[in-house]
Amino acid sequence: MVFAALGDETRLVLVAKLSQGRPCSIAQLTEGSRLTRQAITKHLKVLEDAGIVHSVHKGRESLFEFDPEPMDELRAYLDRVSAEWDQALGRLKAFVER
Amino acid sequence: MAMDRIDKQIELKAPVSRVWRAIKDYREFGEWFGVKFESPFVAGKAARGRITYPGYEHLMLEAVVQKIEPETLFSYTWHPYAIDTKVDYSKETPTLVEFRLEKTATGTLLRVSESGFDKVPSARRDEAFRKNEGGWEQQIKNIEKYVTQNAQAQGR
Repeated sequence: MVFAALGDETRLVLVAKLSQGRPCSIAQLTEGSRLTRQAITKHLKVLEDAGIVHSVHKGRESLFEFDPEPMDELRAYLDRVSAEWDQALGRLKAFVER
Repeated sequence: MAMDRIDKQIELKAPVSRVWRAIKDYREFGEWFGVKFESPFVAGKAARGRITYPGYEHLMLEAVVQKIEPETLFSYTWHPYAIDTKVDYSKETPTLVEFRLEKTATGTLLRVSESGFDKVPSARRDEAFRKNEGGWEQQIKNIEKYVTQNAQAQGR
């Protein structure tokens, strides 16, 4: 889900904005974008389903907030597999160069 | 930024033919990788072996060999980090591992990629790897870099 959610440039831009820590309204997120409010709402829904953002209500307005946990988990997993490869390739290097 | 794949490259001071043998020969592969395969690698066939890496000897590794293009490309699919004996990994979509060899002035440039992590179930990632402090910070930098690069690319 996280991978799919981030496999889109508009959503990456939204995540980059929200990750600065301040919850944003749809209007704020639409600002400076070529996309319509409807399109942004659709993308936010995908991020929400993946658990990367969630909405909080403030009066009549919905604000969107960033939740780093699913992405941390993903990064941790790839880091782990990546470290395994570094070790394996280090052994391969020693093996072919001896 | 690639969040669904891992890319590595390493310069080896050994001729391409030597590196190729260390990858294509199931006994040699097993020696540096840490697994004792039962039979030679054949394209389209599964290769099974017991892991010899200390602490993991109770595990079997299974890979399905995809492509064998002499001294150029060796690839297989497998289930990454399949260390829980209670989980049936065969139902999950495997990742694809590719070894690409290139001759250089000093030996061989080996590029290794593992792709298709987007299909690994998130529940599995969660159970195997709990928290990783600091991971997010790096990730944000990656995202920023990606976004900036793309913005530039679009501006051209």
